[in-house]
Amino acid sequence: MKAKRASKNGNGAGRPKTNGWQAVDLSVEFCGVRSPNPFWLASAPPTNSEYQVRRAFEAGWGGAVWKTLTDEPIVNTASRYGAVDYDGRKVMGLNNIELITDRPLDVNLREISNVKRDFPDRALFVSLMVESKRETWHGIVKRTQDAGADGIELNFGCPHGMSERGMGAAVGQVPDYTCMVVEWVKEVASVPVIVKLTPNITDIRAIGRAARRGGADAISLINTINSIMGIDLDTFAPRPQVAGYGSHGGYCGPAVKPIALNMVSQIASDPGIGLPISGIGGIQAWQDALEHMLLGATTTQVCTAVMHYGFRIVQQLIDGLSGWMRTKGFTTPRDFIGKSVGRIADWGDLDLNYKVVAEIDPLTCINCGLCYIACEDGCHQSIDREAVDEVDFLKRMKGHGDRTFVSGAQRFVHGSGDGYVNVYSIKQDTCVGCNMCSLVCPVEGCITMKPVDTGKPKMSWREYQRMLSEGRIEKIQPPVHV
Amino acid sequence: MAQSLKDMQVRFAETHPPLSEAQAAVEAARCLYCYDAPCTRACPTHIDIPRFIRQILHSDPVGSAKTILDANIFGGSCARVCPTEVLCEGACVEQTQLKQPVRIGALQRFACDTAYEESRDFYGAGAPTGRSVAVVGAGPAGLTCAHELCKRGHRVVVFEAGKVAGGLNTLGIAAHKQDTAFALGEVDRVTGIGIDLRLKQRINGANLAKLLEEYDAVFLGVGLGKTAALGIPGEELKGVWESLDFIFQTHTKPLNKCEVGRRVVVIGGGNTAIDAARAAIRLGAEHVTIAYRRDGNAMPAFRHELDGAVAEGVQVEWQAMPSRMVGRAGRVTGVRFSRSRLDGKGRKAKLTRVRGSEFTLAADMVVKALGQEPLLDLLGAVSGLKLTANGRVAVDGKTGATSVPKLFAGGDAMSGAREEVVNAVESGKIAAAGIHRMISVQVKS
Repeated sequence: MKAKRASKNGNGAGRPKTNGWQAVDLSVEFCGVRSPNPFWLASAPPTNSEYQVRRAFEAGWGGAVWKTLTDEPIVNTASRYGAVDYDGRKVMGLNNIELITDRPLDVNLREISNVKRDFPDRALFVSLMVESKRETWHGIVKRTQDAGADGIELNFGCPHGMSERGMGAAVGQVPDYTCMVVEWVKEVASVPVIVKLTPNITDIRAIGRAARRGGADAISLINTINSIMGIDLDTFAPRPQVAGYGSHGGYCGPAVKPIALNMVSQIASDPGIGLPISGIGGIQAWQDALEHMLLGATTTQVCTAVMHYGFRIVQQLIDGLSGWMRTKGFTTPRDFIGKSVGRIADWGDLDLNYKVVAEIDPLTCINCGLCYIACEDGCHQSIDREAVDEVDFLKRMKGHGDRTFVSGAQRFVHGSGDGYVNVYSIKQDTCVGCNMCSLVCPVEGCITMKPVDTGKPKMSWREYQRMLSEGRIEKIQPPVHV
Repeated sequence: MAQSLKDMQVRFAETHPPLSEAQAAVEAARCLYCYDAPCTRACPTHIDIPRFIRQILHSDPVGSAKTILDANIFGGSCARVCPTEVLCEGACVEQTQLKQPVRIGALQRFACDTAYEESRDFYGAGAPTGRSVAVVGAGPAGLTCAHELCKRGHRVVVFEAGKVAGGLNTLGIAAHKQDTAFALGEVDRVTGIGIDLRLKQRINGANLAKLLEEYDAVFLGVGLGKTAALGIPGEELKGVWESLDFIFQTHTKPLNKCEVGRRVVVIGGGNTAIDAARAAIRLGAEHVTIAYRRDGNAMPAFRHELDGAVAEGVQVEWQAMPSRMVGRAGRVTGVRFSRSRLDGKGRKAKLTRVRGSEFTLAADMVVKALGQEPLLDLLGAVSGLKLTANGRVAVDGKTGATSVPKLFAGGDAMSGAREEVVNAVESGKIAAAGIHRMISVQVKS
């Protein structure tokens, strides 16, 4: 009986024994290359030199993509980076007009050999970009793999500077060019080839399919997004500026993650592609990396967070992902990579009969009114505001935390003024379940979206259209508006 | 006991120092921008606090100052002297979640100071209406009323008995809370709109009757008078002070020339008693004791004021009822007390002396802080002026109108007054609106 139960548990959901704080196996294999964890550095300023990549690997990064090599070093401008701050938080988004490597090819290749020799267990890919000539590509690919690189990443995404010279995004924005260059590279490549995609296109899947056609082994995305960071309101120059002028640059950082996640999921779910993915875009915390992985990325690449805080952040990524895997009972990233891909559906397949309405917990509500005004002015006028007399309010709150203080022999109530406290509640009959109130609420868990049983079977928009045309259903009545 | 002026200035450094630009930015980012914000409702002048904080956040401190001053022309002073702990910051919803309100007072000061440093004048006199108003008393109520009326184009003359304007906002709040030069500077900004300010003009009953004849309206913002007497033997002894006189000197004399005892006993339980005690500590008194006849639950002084005083070394004798001053050679040497018994709760408890509980606190200075008495000589001489039982001018809370036609009132002299500067400002605003409505109707007709 005992044994039986043990074996049942063992076969269960692959749940490991949770005996203590043991290490979790984070290793992944990416188009044949092993990496001790899925956290790589993206091809970018942090992977510019042996000095930096050594520091990164010592800090614990599982892999790195060396900053884009070319046959002749380029020349850069000053300044180069611009950031978006938001209400006091720095670098919500970052952009750059920096180009690819400004160091000689032979120096880079020598350093790549050194690093690979000393860190044989890490994945070391090298980003490449040269002019669109077959021989030139052949030359640099051979030299790179001869230096010991585990693989090659083709930079078809850089949106500034190089694209005007017929490289980077100029290739990655035209499916036929992408396919052609990948074919050239694959003619001589003995190591895996990743194609890095630009988001500055109308449908990223077209480029992904072209890469596949050309023989790519994997896809990484997204590269940076075309952007102007802002204008200096005193000098009228854009940011970043070079002698009073600026140029569109590549945007990245926390703010771009949602764009990246969408594109990663598009590549992951496209039946015509089917290649391993390295997810890039807005990864600061382990949760961000995990979201990329759940949407199909086997490895992830980070740049902005490292540029902001340094290589040391990888430890939080490792700890956070390990902890999450422990609580979920996953033993290897293979257990969850791509787990949410199937959850991205066409809008037309979503269930129109699914209903949620908001609910405000009056006991944790701090009476700020942000939900109310968001709903009233921006959404569906479905929150009631009741000005409750201070004394009555305290009666309602009795036994649920102290909201008063006494000073000068008078009692004062937090959240009160003019003798009343605003108490908010959802109009259950008109709430459309849009989420907005719960998004703006500053108290975690105060506003929740509660599913409501409509008693109706699942019905997508497509099914609705069909049933309408067949005369099997009445038109859905529009919601009640003020 | 001689101390350098510099030492004293350090001791009188403001209890709430200004925020740097960086601090203000961080603090401003904490504001949630509440709808129908409790802080704004809790402010007697209803400053649009979320709006002015957002203006700071968005690098517009000057616009922020205008938002503040539109509602409260003494915004800079109120940022310093308001009991924000029980007003805007007490109402702040971040008290509920984080137990830490946004520092609204400090942000208000940041905005006002920034605008003042840039010498921004936001207001000018309105197009002349041909109407004129006399204001009696240049305290916060009178000056606010005058400013509001000037903005609307009425000619305003302010008669002030004292040598300086600003009333208790200038002189009556100890120097560790209110900087004299700042208070006078803010008065100058207010009067700069075109108010005809006449200092050293004490108005009596006869004068007032004349003003009512000569002007289209008169605003009475005379405040209160002398501190109430204890009515015990020995009050005439040297070394026995009235609290306001004691505090005034921190504004009118160099700090190292202010008089203070080695052992100071402050009698009273209000915010003025605390102010006096904290000023005495700063002036170098070795022992400062506040003696209050009731217990802590009944003390009218705000909790944060009392806590501040205790942290600075002020002792408190609870339930101590003074019976007489003790003296030698005409100078006070101590105060005789007996303990009180309280029957009932809070301020309404009946007090009786406990027999045999007498004790003496040695003192070479005694400060009486019992609250001020109304100026009955003046108020009683105005025929038809209705007063309340405690000698305050009865006013219509919505218009500031008194029982005498054309006569309006506000500030500490009026019924239902609360002692804060911000309350006086609001009463001046209300009366100005009331006066304007009245004389504008006259203009039309």
